[in-house]
Amino acid sequence: MKHRSLTGASALALAAALAAAPASAENVLRWTSQGDALTMDPHAQNEGPTISMNGQIYESLVTRDYNLALQPELATSWEGDLEGWTFTLRQGVKFHDGSDFTAEDVAFSFRRAQSGASDYKEQIKSIKDIEIIDDHTVRFVTDGPNPILPNEITSLFIMDSGWAKANNVEMPQDYAAKEETFAVRNANGTGPYRLASRAPDELTVMERNGEWWGWSEFPGNIDKIEYRPIKNAATRVAALLSGEVDFVLDPPLQDLPRIESTEGLGVSTVAQMRSIFFGMDLGSPELRSSDVKGKNPFADPKVRLAVNHALDKEAIKRVVMEGLSFPTGMITPPGVRGNTPENDAPYEFNVEAAKALLAEAGYPDGFSVTLDCPNDRYVNDEKICQAAVGMLARIGIKANLEAVSKSQHFPKIQNRQTDFYLLGWGVPTLDSHYVFAYLIDGEGSWNATGYSNPRVNEITDLIATEMDEEKRDALVAEAWDIVKAEAPYAPVHHQVIAWGISDGFEIPIGADDSFRPRFVVKK
Amino acid sequence: MSAVEPRVDPAAKPPSAWARLRESDVFHSFVSTPSAMIAAAFTVIAILACFAAPLIAPFNPFDPAQISLWDGKLPPAWVEGGQAQYVLGTDNQGRDMLSTILYGGRLSIIVGMAAVGLGMVLGVGLGVIAGYVGGALDAVIMRIADVQLTIPGILLAILINGIGRAFLPPEIREEFAIYVVIIAIGLTDWPQFARVARGATLVEAQKEYVQAARVIGLPGWLIMLRHILPNTLRPVLVIATIGLALAVIAEATLSFLGQGIPPTTPSLGTLIRVGNEYLFSGLWWITLFPAIALVVLVFAVNLLGDWMRDALNPKLR
Amino acid sequence: MLAFILRRLAQSVLVMAVVSVISFSLFNFVGDPVNNMVGQDATRERRAEIRLELGLDDPILVQYARFVGNILSGDFGISYRIKQPVDDLILERLPATLELVFVSAIIALVFGISLGVYTGIRRDSWISRLVLSSSLIGVSLPTFIIGIGLIYLFAVHLRWLPSSGRGGVVDLGFWKTSLLTVDGWRSIILPAITLSLFQLTLILRLVRAEMLEVMRTDYIKFARARGLSERSINFVHALRNTLVPVVTIIGLNIGGLIAFSVITETVFQWPGTGLMFIQAVDFVDVPIMAAYLVFVALLFVVINLIVDILYFVIDPRIRMGGS
Repeated sequence: MKHRSLTGASALALAAALAAAPASAENVLRWTSQGDALTMDPHAQNEGPTISMNGQIYESLVTRDYNLALQPELATSWEGDLEGWTFTLRQGVKFHDGSDFTAEDVAFSFRRAQSGASDYKEQIKSIKDIEIIDDHTVRFVTDGPNPILPNEITSLFIMDSGWAKANNVEMPQDYAAKEETFAVRNANGTGPYRLASRAPDELTVMERNGEWWGWSEFPGNIDKIEYRPIKNAATRVAALLSGEVDFVLDPPLQDLPRIESTEGLGVSTVAQMRSIFFGMDLGSPELRSSDVKGKNPFADPKVRLAVNHALDKEAIKRVVMEGLSFPTGMITPPGVRGNTPENDAPYEFNVEAAKALLAEAGYPDGFSVTLDCPNDRYVNDEKICQAAVGMLARIGIKANLEAVSKSQHFPKIQNRQTDFYLLGWGVPTLDSHYVFAYLIDGEGSWNATGYSNPRVNEITDLIATEMDEEKRDALVAEAWDIVKAEAPYAPVHHQVIAWGISDGFEIPIGADDSFRPRFVVKK
Repeated sequence: MSAVEPRVDPAAKPPSAWARLRESDVFHSFVSTPSAMIAAAFTVIAILACFAAPLIAPFNPFDPAQISLWDGKLPPAWVEGGQAQYVLGTDNQGRDMLSTILYGGRLSIIVGMAAVGLGMVLGVGLGVIAGYVGGALDAVIMRIADVQLTIPGILLAILINGIGRAFLPPEIREEFAIYVVIIAIGLTDWPQFARVARGATLVEAQKEYVQAARVIGLPGWLIMLRHILPNTLRPVLVIATIGLALAVIAEATLSFLGQGIPPTTPSLGTLIRVGNEYLFSGLWWITLFPAIALVVLVFAVNLLGDWMRDALNPKLR
Repeated sequence: MLAFILRRLAQSVLVMAVVSVISFSLFNFVGDPVNNMVGQDATRERRAEIRLELGLDDPILVQYARFVGNILSGDFGISYRIKQPVDDLILERLPATLELVFVSAIIALVFGISLGVYTGIRRDSWISRLVLSSSLIGVSLPTFIIGIGLIYLFAVHLRWLPSSGRGGVVDLGFWKTSLLTVDGWRSIILPAITLSLFQLTLILRLVRAEMLEVMRTDYIKFARARGLSERSINFVHALRNTLVPVVTIIGLNIGGLIAFSVITETVFQWPGTGLMFIQAVDFVDVPIMAAYLVFVALLFVVINLIVDILYFVIDPRIRMGGS
């Protein structure tokens, strides 16, 4: 009898210990998404999940809140002029290891981000010189006027110069490096959370940094964050449905109704800063994959407009995107400076008009072409292409779908080896210049259409340095009108972000798909 | 001519008589095993239905111009909201599920048969040669088989895909995807066939009639073709049946890993992969019907293979 | 004997060399790693620079020679994706895969052999027929959908078991195990069953077929005639005679389990080498892919060698290369 009760008691104690371990007084948030951060080095990789993860540990001078408005972070104020920008830094900030944050760290971090193996060189290439005015004032001297410098540095994180020297990580890890550097697995920032443990692709744990300057300003009350990446979409949703995680960043659209109807779970949505569109090679003398030889059908604007009119963007929204997209006539979303309601209106869906345009252009029976599409990059990318193949077939264009992984798809665009392709473009600076420079300028590194309009190219250069906002807006509008008329792209929609969240938490959703734990409240 | 005739006749006749005898035996076992009859019936019906797809399917899901996206995700006809013309409902692109399964099944069976055929011809050929000739050639062939076994099928598919892309004009690449899958699965299959055929050859080559044929000076290829090959076919046939089932599944797995047949001309495997994405969505017909079709097909083929293994093994009767 | 082993070893080295050449030549077709290694705003020049730094534009043979040279000097390179040394990563992930394979193999063996013996002895009972037919369903569906189905049933619907991951992991210093915690055992059940189903069916069928044959041999008939108990005949005499072919098949199939674990690990986010390999394929992480393939090849070669030696030991009449 005694023996039995003892066993019972110890079993109870064990059960209590098992139950108590995760459910102590602290607030724990467990979340998941598809991909893990690639490195903890803040300047080595300019990639979404990596920035999002590092942004919990590190801070930048200027940041964005979940409405994407610019907010002071490590700088409290800033001012621009024709030669550069001056930032006043926050006082009394300490890194996780206890050392003080000063102008020296800012200068060090920006120089580090400009060095050889950094992936942020492009973003801050306008900075010519960095001057330390005093311990808490830094001046960036730019190469001519730069109206949008603060927009460009929101994910440029500040490291501790002393820590970097002590651990021999004064440069980001080289691509062809033979050895791993200390900063790949270790981090020392000023942010609200510190890295407690990290096993890539398995589990990353963050703990609240009680010393953080912002706790009095932000509502967040999470003590510990556990991040478990789950690659397979169905498994990710299963983890949310079974209560193993509290938050899924990227549930598949078709599973949203299920999440919504599950007790204790909800879905948050917001329009994303990313547009999805088809590009057409109008520059080559002949398409590589077409039955039309000796000329290029896409070179005729009528054919490009026919493609635009053939796409039933509303059907794609309703059926492929579960209602979660904004059909558009532009390749950049509202919220980006330069997007206007007139240009954002989709090209009308009209099969007859599209057929007439094709016939006028000399292709009454259509033509064939290969459609290159990624199958692992954008929301339902392959299904969008599949739907487009059906719609184009109605007007006689026989599109052969080639859906491949992003690692095979994007090089085709960069090397301009595709006739017809799907691409999505996000705009971190929230300014049209970022779109023109990469997608529309004749030399743009992601412009595989071969489109090059002298006036648009000129405007792209002008708006890079124009400080007068009114004049600048007029130039941007002029360029967008030209693009709309000449249609080098066939815009489909702007994406919508959907997060699956447990009712126990309040997690404000951001249009950049970034997780901001300082706002997260456990109810 | 007349000198050749008598030599050919005895060589051809005894096996055919032997086969006839064997067949009647097998036939007896067949009619006395209900599961074998049911399996065979299922297999035949499934294969017939799939091959008659263009005749019996209400729609042609491979013709993009026939599809309307607005008809997407309709439930089966007997469920509220379903339409009579789409008996089993429609998929996420507005294709009729029934037609898509029939056409997809046809594609899967073709892929499976072609892949197994490729693996079988390659494997049996090399296996018989390895077993008969022996020595260095045997070692080389069997080591190549080892190498083959160490390379995952998925990588092989990527490799063949890549080579195809490099050498084929872009406009036929979409059709080419099917051959990629066939070759990838066929190539991962052949070592099995080679091992079995080699084993059977080693046994057969010791027998007196083969030794005798050698002594009269019959050429090696003739001995292999006439005497050894027919005797390896029994175990090979069993493997081939199961291999057919495995090939259909392998094709689905390749599709899951993003290396399969393009979604515009879906196979059963591609449909299963798509259905897998809809498991939690409540659109159960997109997941369930292709899965049932696959299970029935594979199950029937496997059952048939099972019975064949038992029936063709004289020791077990 | 020694000569035989030496010859097989030499052949094995050749096999490894061929595997590494083939696998190396196909990396170019997987995609362009540089695209994943830089942000979208990197310039063409920068991309070209990185290609140059990594030597991606060199002829395949030059790249291959460099790879072999590095490996021989113990340098497996740094993962393009997670920037950590490849040998560290493989050693870190290996315990997860090996534990999964180990538990799956046990499940397959225990259930495969016991059910195989039962269906072999009671050839015509309806339970045997049921077991045989239902075991077929396990191989009639692709692994990934079986895995997702199990997750749906046991994690989402019944909430008995976790859907993914390894659960509680205990670090022993040289080995991170999940087999020492309740949570870890709960986590391994679903992936292990998923991975074992195929092998279980195979072993079941093999044991059954062998049992059927053995039961008809004179040897068993004599045992029966001598009045030995049915039990001792079944388990001591019959089963023992079926084990030789079973052991060989199992040896070969452990390699198969490791190859198949790629799918299972992806579905269950099991942090082993298979998941790492699939992620490497997605990212075109050449150093990881190369090392993984060499590693799998090595494993197969070693297992093959052991099986061959076993054959040799069991039956010295078998000589290499036939006769």
